[in-house]
Amino acid sequence: MAKGKSPFLDNLGKIYAMYTGGFILFVIGLAFGEKMGMSNASIGYTYMFATIGLYAVIGISSRTAKVSEYYVAGRSVPALFNGMATGSDWMSAASFIGMAGTIFGFGYDGLAYIMGWTGGYVLLAVFLGPYLRKFGQYTIPDFLGARYGGSAARTIGIIAAIVASFTYLIAQVTGVGIIMSRFLGIDFQIGVFVGLAGILVCSMLGGMKAVTWTQVAQYIILILAYLVPVTVMSYNVTGIPVSEVMYGQVLQKIDAKEKVINADPKEIEVMALWKKEVEKIDADLKNLPASLDAKRQALNDSLAALPADAAAAEKEKIQKAIAGLPKNPVEAKEKWEAAKKSATEKSKPIKPYLEPFARLDMLNMLALTFCLMVGTAGLPHILMRYYTVPSVKQARISVGWSLFFIFLLYFTAPAYAAFARNEVLSNVVGLPIAQLPAWMANWAKVGLVSFKDMNADGILQFYELTIGADAIVLATPEIAGLPYVISGLVAAGGLAAALSTADGLLLTISNSLSHDLYYKMINPKASILKRLTISRVLLVIVAIISAWVATYKLTIIVELVAWAFSIAAASFFPALVMGIWDKRANKAGALAGMWAGFLICLFYMIGSRFYGLNWFGVKTISSGLFGIPLGFIMIYVVSRMTAPPSPELQDFVESVRIPKGSAAAHEE
Amino acid sequence: MKELKGISKETLQAYWKANVRLTTFTLIVWFVVTYVCAFFVRELNTIVIFGFPFGYYMGAQGSLIVFVWLIFNYAFKMNANDKKYGVEEEEE
Repeated sequence: MAKGKSPFLDNLGKIYAMYTGGFILFVIGLAFGEKMGMSNASIGYTYMFATIGLYAVIGISSRTAKVSEYYVAGRSVPALFNGMATGSDWMSAASFIGMAGTIFGFGYDGLAYIMGWTGGYVLLAVFLGPYLRKFGQYTIPDFLGARYGGSAARTIGIIAAIVASFTYLIAQVTGVGIIMSRFLGIDFQIGVFVGLAGILVCSMLGGMKAVTWTQVAQYIILILAYLVPVTVMSYNVTGIPVSEVMYGQVLQKIDAKEKVINADPKEIEVMALWKKEVEKIDADLKNLPASLDAKRQALNDSLAALPADAAAAEKEKIQKAIAGLPKNPVEAKEKWEAAKKSATEKSKPIKPYLEPFARLDMLNMLALTFCLMVGTAGLPHILMRYYTVPSVKQARISVGWSLFFIFLLYFTAPAYAAFARNEVLSNVVGLPIAQLPAWMANWAKVGLVSFKDMNADGILQFYELTIGADAIVLATPEIAGLPYVISGLVAAGGLAAALSTADGLLLTISNSLSHDLYYKMINPKASILKRLTISRVLLVIVAIISAWVATYKLTIIVELVAWAFSIAAASFFPALVMGIWDKRANKAGALAGMWAGFLICLFYMIGSRFYGLNWFGVKTISSGLFGIPLGFIMIYVVSRMTAPPSPELQDFVESVRIPKGSAAAHEE
Repeated sequence: MKELKGISKETLQAYWKANVRLTTFTLIVWFVVTYVCAFFVRELNTIVIFGFPFGYYMGAQGSLIVFVWLIFNYAFKMNANDKKYGVEEEEE
């Protein structure tokens, strides 16, 4: 990379090393403050305002009026730093908070996420990253437009980019709201809009340039926050502070403990009680809507039957129960189905943690891994990042750094899951309910942990306990007996993960609209000032829409995020790969392939989720399994049935394949 | 291909062939550590190292280590190939 570009770029290593040191000192300072009697709430507020303020400073000082800086950070981000930025761009609230919990609950089968979300980078490295850098424009639809000549391919690119990114964005904004409300005790809605301000201030003035440098800063915070608690936990349990290696011993303990639990007569008793519960829910479900009316009637009756001098608390309790009833039969069905599912799980002995394919069959696990991998390599907000490095050479290395930085977290997630599971099995199950550890009560308050003394023996059985996936990472600091300052650090890390991903997604969406739709298709004569202004306005609009949708807290969002992978996998990946690897692929083929992949994927998703469609038992989440191969086949076959691409286009493909020389694209 | 004057067609073809070879190798290893290992996970789990059943380990950590290595290996070899075949990009 050329030296002397700017004092900032020349001293990146020093600047971020100082930043990391400064952040650690800040945490130590807060720890000291906690010792001196600083309250939990003020620690939480200090973290939130200090980190968001920091991102804002980076965002504002990276403001720019240059198109290439706004869209691709001036193509001046060194491989290593682009790797860090990609890491936090990639790792969302779900990776940070939810992944360990998924493994905790799913055992071996949950590893589909670990392998899927890392193995995709191998595909990205060999099929796409370096070639897209050589092409060197601004967005992914740009490539589709250039390679497949014209607006049609670009348009599908825009649609798929927005569909895949928008649902994902809402999930991040929701994540920000949840973290804010949980740690600051503020209202979810307010949390969403405070977070929104944090997102906008990073991206609006400086576009990709600002987002890149904030993402590097966010990566450092999120990785520290992730590694500290589990390292201490490992030290507490095994005496050696390397959780990633030491959890092997813990796995064996878990295995032994599970066998004991499944043979315990008390546990068997609880399972039988759950079985009865399932039957009860089943009956209610069958008698809808009468059963719902009966429940409401019964509660109203008992409210009416209360003597006039009854305690207010008693009355309130019944009123609350009435308010908590499903509002209509549709909602009742959904709620009770969920209750039935969790009761059914508890009515049967758990399958061993280490047993493969106990919760997902082999086909579905492999299919899920595959869809997540291909989706990873097809998500536009990730691909876009490889436009920002200075050269093809650095693009190749940068994919390696990206995966390395992601790897640091994913490599540790199974350890988190194992330590938490061991803690629950060895130290929590079997305790008298009155003596449960404080962390359980804390997380029960926000609904992440729940327990119900089914057999009323005053002792907690394993099958009486439910732990939400999000609780694993969030509660580990308390489980390990760490001070509150570390809990706050974890929250700041989760916030960094959500904000950084939201920034990248927001930019992808607004760039698709401003660059691809407006500049390339509607008004190619627009001035630079006009383009950048429109881009910023759209950024704000998209951000506000996403926050507005997030405040509705739709439960379907989490599911939709998983769908985004299959959509990206089925619509983008085949057309991008074939565009580079198959010179014969032409416009007609690409259009057929993208539409077919996108639509079949959508068809199976909606069909299997809502209308009982079932092909080979493949689950909704792996819908891409059909779309991906269909996309490839359509591109191959249709291209060969129609005229080959023009000699210029074939030259263009050649030029993308060879690092030397300029690609057909031009820089501004 | 005007911009590649001075490089023979044979050289370019050889470069691309080397690339395809390396890509194929990378994908085969990628496939084996994920899908083949997952397919035989039960058999692999009979081997236990440091408490880790091997099949589980490959899914949780082993495959990840291989992925990171694969990408860096690909990057370094391709960057060396660029030089070897004289197709590296001009320093900016």
